[in-house]
Amino acid sequence: MSQSTHVPHPDLPPPSASTGVIGWLRANLFSSPLNSALTLLGLYLIWLLLPPALNWLLFKADWSGSDRSACHGEGACWVFIKVRLDQFLYGFFPAEERWRIQLSWLLAVVGAAPLFMKRNPLRMPSALFMLFAYPLIAYGLYTGPLFGLPLVETSQWGGLMLTLTIAVVGIAGSLPGGILLALGRRSKMPIIRSVCVVIIEFWRGVPLITVLFMSSVMLPLFLPEGMNFDKLLRALIGVVLFESAYIAEVVRGGLQAIPKGQYEAADALGLNYPKAMGLIILPQALKLVIPGIVNTMIALFKDTSLVIIIGLYDLLNSIQAAAVDPNWLGFATEGYVFAALMYWVFCFSMSRYSQALERRLHTGHKR
Amino acid sequence: MSKLQHCALSAAILLAVAGTAHAGATLDAIKQKGFVQCGVSDGLPGFSYTDDKGNVIGIDADFCRAVAAAVFGDATKVKFTPLTAKERFTALQSGEIDVLSRNSTWTSSRDSALGLNFTGVTYYDGQGFLVNKKLGVKSAKELDGAAVCIQAGTTTELNLADYFRTHNMKFTPITYDKSDESAKSLEAGRCDVLTSDQSQLYAQRIKLAAPDDYIVLPEVISKEPLGPVVRHGDDEWFDIVKWTLFAQVNAEELGVTSKNVEQMVKTSTNPDVKRLLGVEGDKGKDLGLPNDWVVKIVKQVGNYGEMFDRNVGEGSPLKIARGLNALWNQGGLQYAPPIR
Amino acid sequence: MNNPNKGLTPTKPPLWNDPTVRAVVFQVITLLAVIAFGWYLFENTRHNLESRGIASGFGFLDSTAGFGIVQSLIPYGASDTYGYVFWVGLLNTLLVTVLGIALATAIGFTLGIARLSKNWLISRLAMIYVETFRNIPLLLQIFFWYFAVLRNMPAPRDSMSLGDSVFLNIRGLYVPRPIFGEHFSWVVVALGVAIVAALLVRRWAQRRQEATGQPFHTLWAMLGLIVGLPLIVYFLSGQPLSWEVPHLAGFNFRGGWVVIPELAALLTALSIYTAAFIAETVRAGILAVSHGQTEAAGALGLRPGLTLRLIIIPQAMRVIIPPLTSQYLNLAKNSTLAAAIGYPDLVSTFAGTVLNQTGQAIETIAITMSVYLALSLAISTLMNWYNKRMALVER
Repeated sequence: MSQSTHVPHPDLPPPSASTGVIGWLRANLFSSPLNSALTLLGLYLIWLLLPPALNWLLFKADWSGSDRSACHGEGACWVFIKVRLDQFLYGFFPAEERWRIQLSWLLAVVGAAPLFMKRNPLRMPSALFMLFAYPLIAYGLYTGPLFGLPLVETSQWGGLMLTLTIAVVGIAGSLPGGILLALGRRSKMPIIRSVCVVIIEFWRGVPLITVLFMSSVMLPLFLPEGMNFDKLLRALIGVVLFESAYIAEVVRGGLQAIPKGQYEAADALGLNYPKAMGLIILPQALKLVIPGIVNTMIALFKDTSLVIIIGLYDLLNSIQAAAVDPNWLGFATEGYVFAALMYWVFCFSMSRYSQALERRLHTGHKR
Repeated sequence: MSKLQHCALSAAILLAVAGTAHAGATLDAIKQKGFVQCGVSDGLPGFSYTDDKGNVIGIDADFCRAVAAAVFGDATKVKFTPLTAKERFTALQSGEIDVLSRNSTWTSSRDSALGLNFTGVTYYDGQGFLVNKKLGVKSAKELDGAAVCIQAGTTTELNLADYFRTHNMKFTPITYDKSDESAKSLEAGRCDVLTSDQSQLYAQRIKLAAPDDYIVLPEVISKEPLGPVVRHGDDEWFDIVKWTLFAQVNAEELGVTSKNVEQMVKTSTNPDVKRLLGVEGDKGKDLGLPNDWVVKIVKQVGNYGEMFDRNVGEGSPLKIARGLNALWNQGGLQYAPPIR
Repeated sequence: MNNPNKGLTPTKPPLWNDPTVRAVVFQVITLLAVIAFGWYLFENTRHNLESRGIASGFGFLDSTAGFGIVQSLIPYGASDTYGYVFWVGLLNTLLVTVLGIALATAIGFTLGIARLSKNWLISRLAMIYVETFRNIPLLLQIFFWYFAVLRNMPAPRDSMSLGDSVFLNIRGLYVPRPIFGEHFSWVVVALGVAIVAALLVRRWAQRRQEATGQPFHTLWAMLGLIVGLPLIVYFLSGQPLSWEVPHLAGFNFRGGWVVIPELAALLTALSIYTAAFIAETVRAGILAVSHGQTEAAGALGLRPGLTLRLIIIPQAMRVIIPPLTSQYLNLAKNSTLAAAIGYPDLVSTFAGTVLNQTGQAIETIAITMSVYLALSLAISTLMNWYNKRMALVER
C-alpha cells in the first residue's frame, strides 16, 4: 500500500509581463496612458538635448594643441581651458611659488582624511590639526614671510585658490560669531537678545552684493585715518559678518531642538552659564546642526562668485577675464562649462556628505 | 612690516590703532612702508594693463613708477591696486592708495565735492565713438536711435546723454561695469557703437578679434583731461606728485632722455638742465626729495615723450599720434612750469 | 569666571553672584559697548568726511542725473533727478522679482511633483535638473545665459520674426504694444463687472450643489462671463484697441514693447535656479503629508489627480509656504546680481551709477540696504502672521 504524498505543483512563474525588464518598464514607465505619454516626452527631450551636448562636449571637441588654431569650432575647445588652467586654479600667483598652494591643498586632504573615515585613533589629532595648526600653516604658505618665503600680495591671489580661501575663511570665521549670536538670541536678557536679533535680521535682510559694496567702499570711511585693510580682507570681513547671521539661525535651530530637560539638568548640576552651554548644550546642539552648517557652506561656496563685483579674481572672474583675451575670443561657453563643473563637483559632494551625515547623526534620536 | 602683516595686525586690534596720517604725513608713511601704493585701471591696454605674467604695464602705471623713482630713487618700489571705475575715488579717499593714476577725468566736482586734488594732465583726451564699418556711419550725427555701449559711472556716461540731447537724437544706453564687457558687447552686436575716451577706444579696438572692421568716428564730443589724483589735505605730497609730471615734461622739452641723462649730468652747460637734474640748486630738497630725483625718474622711467611713445604712441600697438599731447612748442598742450 | 556655589546654606549670595544683578550688569556693559562702537564708527566717518572734504547729506537726490537708463517702467530722461533714478531702479527690481517669482513657482511646483512621480524617467529627469541647477552659482548661470546663449541671437537686420509683428534679435524680443483708445475704459469696467458676476455665479452654484446635489458647469460659465462680456463691450464701443507694431528704423527696432536681453538672461537664470530649490521644498512638503492621507483618498475613490489637488497639496502647503517665502526673499535679494550684466536694477543704477557720479557712498548704500531690509522685514512679518493663523487651524 502506498501512500501518495501530495506534491504541490511548483508555483507558476509570474506572468512574463510583470517581471524582468518588461515588467519593470511596465511598472515604472508605462503604467498608464498619461505615464506613457510622459515617458515618450521625456525620451524626446533626452534625444533632443543629449546627442548634441555630448557631441559638443566630447566627440567633436578639440583636446590637443596650444593655441587657437587647434580648435575647429565644431565642438568645444578644451585647449583654451588647458592653456589657461594654471590661471584658473591659482590666479596671478607667481608660477615658481605655486607649489605652496599645492602643498596647502595636499595638507588639507591628508590632514582632514581621518575625519571622514569611521572611528580611528587619528580623528582627534587630525581635528585639532585642522582647527588650529592648519589655518596658520596655510596663511604662512599663501603670504610667505611667516616661513621666510617671498611675499605674495593678496592682489596676486586668484582662481580656485581664492574661491576656496574665501569660502573656508568665511565659514570658519563665521562659526564663533554665529554661535555667540545664536546664544544671544536665546538669552533671557532683553537687551542682549534685542541687540542680537537686530544684528541677525539686519545681515539676513540685505543682499550679499550690497554687503560687499559696503565693505569695499564704505568700510574705509568708518575706520580711523591711516588704518587700512587690503581688499581681500575687507571682502572677508563682509562675508564673515554676513554668514555669521545665517550660521546663527542654523545654530538657533539646534538650540531649540535640545529638550528643556537638558537645560534643567545642567542647572541642577550647578553649572554656570558658560559651562552649561559649553559642556552640555552646545555639543549636542552643534552635532544636530552640522548638516545645516554644511548647507550654509554650500550656499557660501556658490556666493563667493559675487566677489567679481568688487573686482577680485576668483575662479569665475579669472574665466571672465580669460574670455576677453583677444587670442581666445569666442570660447566663453567652454569657460563657463568648466567653471560650472568645478563648482558643481564641490557643491554636490558637500551636499551628498551633508545628507549622509544627516542620516548617520539621526539614528541617535530615532526610536 | 609687510602690508599683509600690517592688515592682520590691524584686524586683530581693530579698535586700538590710532590715526597716523595728517597733513604732510603721506610722504613719511610711504617712506616708512617702503613703497608707493598706486591705484590703476583693471585692464586698459596702453594705460594700465596686467599682462599674463602679472606685470602692470602702461602710461598710468609708468607714472606711478616715476613717483616711486622720485621718492625712493627706485622705480620698482611701487605696488599696484587694480580698481574699477566705481571703486577708484573711495579707495583714494580712504587712504588705501597713495596716488590714483587711472585715466580719471579732471572735473570740478571731483576736485571739490569728492575731496580730491588732480595733480596735472598726463593725457589730454576727448570722448569719441567706435563703430563697425558695416554700419556705414561716417559721423556721430547719424547715430540717432543707436544702442550705445558705455562704462557705468564715468563722465562719458553724462557727456553722451548731453550730446544726444543737444542734437535732438535718441539713444539706448547699455551700461557695463567693465570696459572689456562693453567691447565684447559691441563685437557681439548688442550695441551699435561704443563710446569712451578716444584713447580707450584705440586701446579697446586692438583687443577686438577683427580691429580693422571698426573705425573711430571723427567727432570728439568732450574735453577729458586725464591725470593723477591725490587726496585733499596733504600739500607736500600733492607737490611731489605734481612736480614729478612737470619734471618729465620739462625733461622732454630740454632734450633729456633716459639714454643721455647721465651724460647730461656731467656735461650739460644749459642752466635749465643743470637745475632740472639737480646739479645746481636744491630743487629736490625743497620738495623733500633727494636733489637727483629727476635723474632717477628720467633714467628709470624716461621723460614724458618716452613714456608716451612706449605705452600708447608709435612704439606701442596702439599707435596713437601725439596730437594734443605734443609739447606746447610743437603744437600741443603739454606745458610744464619751469623748474627754478 | 566665577566659582560654582559651594555652600548649600541659603544665605544671600554675594552681589556678583546674584543672577539678577549680573544680568543687569551684563546688559549695561553690552549696551555701552554697542553705543561706544556705534559712536566710534560715527565719529570716524564724520571726521573722515570732514577732513577729506567729501560732500554728505541727501541733497544730491534733487540734482539732475544726466545719464540714460536702458529700461524704465516710468518715463525717464537724462534731465530727471537722482531721486527719480531711485524709483526707476526700484521698479526694475520689482519687475524682475515679480516675474521671477511667478516663473520660478510654476517651474518649481511642476518639478517638485515630477520628482515624486511614479514614472521612473520623469522623476530621474527632475532629479537631474534639481541637482544640476542648485549646485551651480547663480552668477555663473546668469553669465551663461547672457554671454553664451543670448549673444548668439541674430543682428537686428536679420531678426527672427513671427508674423511680422514679433521680432527676436540680439537687442531683445520685440512685441507689439497695445494702444488703448478713449473708450477702452468701458472694456475694463466690463471686465470688472464680469469678474464680480462670475464670483456670484460660483457662490450660487456651490450653494445649489450643496442643497440639491445638482452640479453646474461653473468653470465654463465663469469663463464665458469673463471673456465674453468684455469682448461684447469691446466691439460695441468700436474696437478701441490698436497695436503698435515694432518696425526696423535705422539701426534698431522702434515702437512696441521690448524685453531686453539683460532682463531675459536675469529672469531665466533666476527662475531656473530658484525653481530647483522650490522643487525640493515642494517635494519635502508633499512627503510630509502622511501616506495614510493618500490611501484614505484612494479609499474614497478619488482619482490620483484629484487626490493631489484636493488632499495632498492643501495639506502640504502648510509645510511648503514658510520655506517658499524665504525662497522668494532669496530671489528678490539675488536679483541684485543684475549689476553684473548691466540690467538697470536698484543696485546697479542707484548703488552703482549714482554712487559713482555723486561719490556719496554712505548715503546711496544706506538707502539701498534699507530698501531690501524693509522688504525682508515686511515679508517676515507677513510670514509670522501666516504661521500664527495656520497654527490656529490645527488642533
